[in-house]
Amino acid sequence: MADARQTALSEALSEPVWPASPPLFRIAGVALAVALLAYPLVFTGTFSHHLMIMIFLHAIMAQSWNVIAGMSGQISLGHSLFFGLGAYASAVLYVKLGVTPWVGLVAGMSISALVAAAIGIPTLRLRGHYFAIATLLIGISAQIIFQRWEWVGAASGIWMPIERNNPWLAFQFHGTKLPYYYLSLLFCTLSFAVVWFLQRTRLGMRLLAVRDEPEAAASLGIDVAWHKVVAFMISGAMMSAAGTFFAQYVLVIDPDRVFNLELSVLALLMVVLGGTGTLWGPALGAAILIPLSEFTRTWFGGTGGTVDLIIYGILILLICIYQPRGLLSLVTERLRRRVDTL
Amino acid sequence: MTELLKVVGLSKRFGGVKANEDISFDARKGEILGIIGPNGAGKSTLFDLLTGYQEPDSGTVVLNGHTITGMRPDRISRMGVGRTFQKLKPFPDLTLIENVMVGALARTSNIREARDQALEAIAFVDLLAKRHSFARELSTGQRKRLELARALATGPRLLLLDEVTGGVDQKTIPGLIDLVQALRGRGITILTIEHNMQVVMEVSDRILALQFGKRIAFGLPDAVRSDPHVVDAYLGSADAA
Amino acid sequence: MCVKLLPQPDICMSSDVIIQAIVSGLLMGLIYALVAVGLSLIFGLMEIVNFAHGEFLMLSMFFSFWLWVLVGLDPLLSIPLVAAALAICGFATHYGIVRHILKAPMLAQICATFGLAIAIRSLAQFLWTPDFRTIQDPLVAGRIEIGGIFIGQPQLVAGLVCLTAFIGLWLFVSRTETGLALQATAQDREAAAVMGIPTDRMFALGWAIGLACVAVAGSMLSAFYFVFPDVGINFALLAFVAVALGGFGSIMGSLAAGISIGLVESLGGVLISPSYKSLIVFGLYFAVVLIRPTGLFGRY
Repeated sequence: MADARQTALSEALSEPVWPASPPLFRIAGVALAVALLAYPLVFTGTFSHHLMIMIFLHAIMAQSWNVIAGMSGQISLGHSLFFGLGAYASAVLYVKLGVTPWVGLVAGMSISALVAAAIGIPTLRLRGHYFAIATLLIGISAQIIFQRWEWVGAASGIWMPIERNNPWLAFQFHGTKLPYYYLSLLFCTLSFAVVWFLQRTRLGMRLLAVRDEPEAAASLGIDVAWHKVVAFMISGAMMSAAGTFFAQYVLVIDPDRVFNLELSVLALLMVVLGGTGTLWGPALGAAILIPLSEFTRTWFGGTGGTVDLIIYGILILLICIYQPRGLLSLVTERLRRRVDTL
Repeated sequence: MTELLKVVGLSKRFGGVKANEDISFDARKGEILGIIGPNGAGKSTLFDLLTGYQEPDSGTVVLNGHTITGMRPDRISRMGVGRTFQKLKPFPDLTLIENVMVGALARTSNIREARDQALEAIAFVDLLAKRHSFARELSTGQRKRLELARALATGPRLLLLDEVTGGVDQKTIPGLIDLVQALRGRGITILTIEHNMQVVMEVSDRILALQFGKRIAFGLPDAVRSDPHVVDAYLGSADAA
Repeated sequence: MCVKLLPQPDICMSSDVIIQAIVSGLLMGLIYALVAVGLSLIFGLMEIVNFAHGEFLMLSMFFSFWLWVLVGLDPLLSIPLVAAALAICGFATHYGIVRHILKAPMLAQICATFGLAIAIRSLAQFLWTPDFRTIQDPLVAGRIEIGGIFIGQPQLVAGLVCLTAFIGLWLFVSRTETGLALQATAQDREAAAVMGIPTDRMFALGWAIGLACVAVAGSMLSAFYFVFPDVGINFALLAFVAVALGGFGSIMGSLAAGISIGLVESLGGVLISPSYKSLIVFGLYFAVVLIRPTGLFGRY
């Protein structure tokens, strides 16, 4: 009996810490990487590039929201705050001081992390809906403040001067969207890497514990409030990077665009749709919602701009009621069941 | 034997209800201390006071010479106190092994080491076969073992077990008793809340009996069993097994 | 009397302006309070924050607007119809959505009502365009002057109607058997269930009453405020602040909080700056949440 247990233990100890993904997944992963790298060379139209850039950008936003909601269980309804901060940080530094947006990117991420800590430390120790409402109010307050802040252009925002000589230093590319495509793909990959690594580190595993059962987490020596704050800081910094990229992509930013409540809403929708707390859910959400909104906008024209949101809203409702783990779980649950029965 | 835990005059009231009133006891290193009492006697409240989930109105808790009264749960845990919950609180969306790894990560930041320690703890509670199952898929008895392994993985000096044998299949009780005794073999001091009188008499070195939030007896099992207050408390009670 | 303005301390302001601000803040505050009490009631019963609350307010304003445009029914007279329609919406929301997510994790609960909000708001934009509309020549219009203070008659009537609705709600909750059952459910739903109170029906009733309150506020608002798809957002935000201020689940707390917010908003607009008045109110939320997370007046 004891011997059998010892054998089972040494067998378990010899397993890799993280089970390797099935070969099928690895092949699919390589195929996806190749397809994404080759895509802009095959489809050369501007719209086809734009569509993918938007998907990548939104996947970063979704992944950011996934860190706070999916990994620490706190719901932020004001994530547009960090998007706006990222956009404004790089734009202001570039226009006022001539600092390269790459420094602006880091500055924006740092500011966002600090702001996240400032918001999170007092509110994250309260019950969840207090935090959700607090973020909603702060997100809208930020928009109101930037709309009236003359130094950063108030409601008309900031126009970035065109710079053609040093595209990489100035982080702006004219005539082709290819650099934007690959940069957004890189940023998006990095945001995935953050979540992937988090899930495999002490910090990330502790965050998941805090999300699932805060009281039990505390009994294992985890400082619950502090872990939520750290997750919020990471999440804010990621969202900020998306904001900086967006600012450099459109080169014109204003409060209505980059501090829009709709950005927070979109981030939430994509994650919940795809699967909260999963690695691929946010990307799945982005890959469904962004084309849907681009195409409904073409089909229904101007006022049809909201048709996509009607569909999203209803989708989210249905998901929350019938499939709270998100669409991705439809696939993964089935796969697991098949593996188990083998 | 030296004293690990010393509790003096612990009191807690909720509104008008005195959940704990002037409770004092001590636990020695390597001891199994059983805690008994009818429903509502204040056993779980006592655990919450000891582990920082509730703040006592008065009284002190001293662990190994350090006063831990009113400290946050996570700090008390880091002082070497592990616990399980009467209302089980596994991390449902993590696998069993991940659940226990979170516990082991209290001792090490190295994932591989944490995994190995987790596996040992899981082997200790004899649940290796289920290591890749999500906690939400486990049975009640398995979840109790999960909580035990998770608390054990933090490397506690003092372990507080809240009704390890409650609500589980009769057949699994002997296994759980063996587990508790094996834990003592590792030098861990154990406070265990038990409803099952047979179990508590069998495993405990000493017993603390509570009723209506007050200590009614404290001492060796035989002395507590024959104590008139304890007999009174259990007379006619469904708990008297 | 002379009041110094914060931004321009050398300018002297007549006390009339202050009294004017107090009166209009008070009247607006009554509307905020009625919106907030619905939110508070629903939360108190089942600990669910209705993020679609503002959208239901918007719906009731549009109902009221269309009844006026299509049937010629004045907002003041259509209150019962709009209230009934919103009560039905409340039942539908409970039986269609909320009862399925009562035991779900908080994420699903917040996202469900948030998703509902997005769907309703976008549908309104699709059906009725984002245009601002107003009701021309309602039954009660114009303003009256009392000692140099001007009071809009629609606002005055709205305030009185809201106050009446509040008294009615309070009487219902504290004097009728159903109301007491509602309170019992809010305090401890398990104990209430043991006592034979059908908690699921109580929840549905809570939604119906909560949205009926919103409907009364919305009808009154439509007589003097712009009607447009995004109108609910700001009112919902103020209602969140009011509920945090008054304590989740407290009726009288909502009344006090709603009025306080109305006053802070209008006085802040006059004394500090009109463009930052909502920020001042949002600031209240943080002050309360950080100092006294259970609200100034009540439970939770």
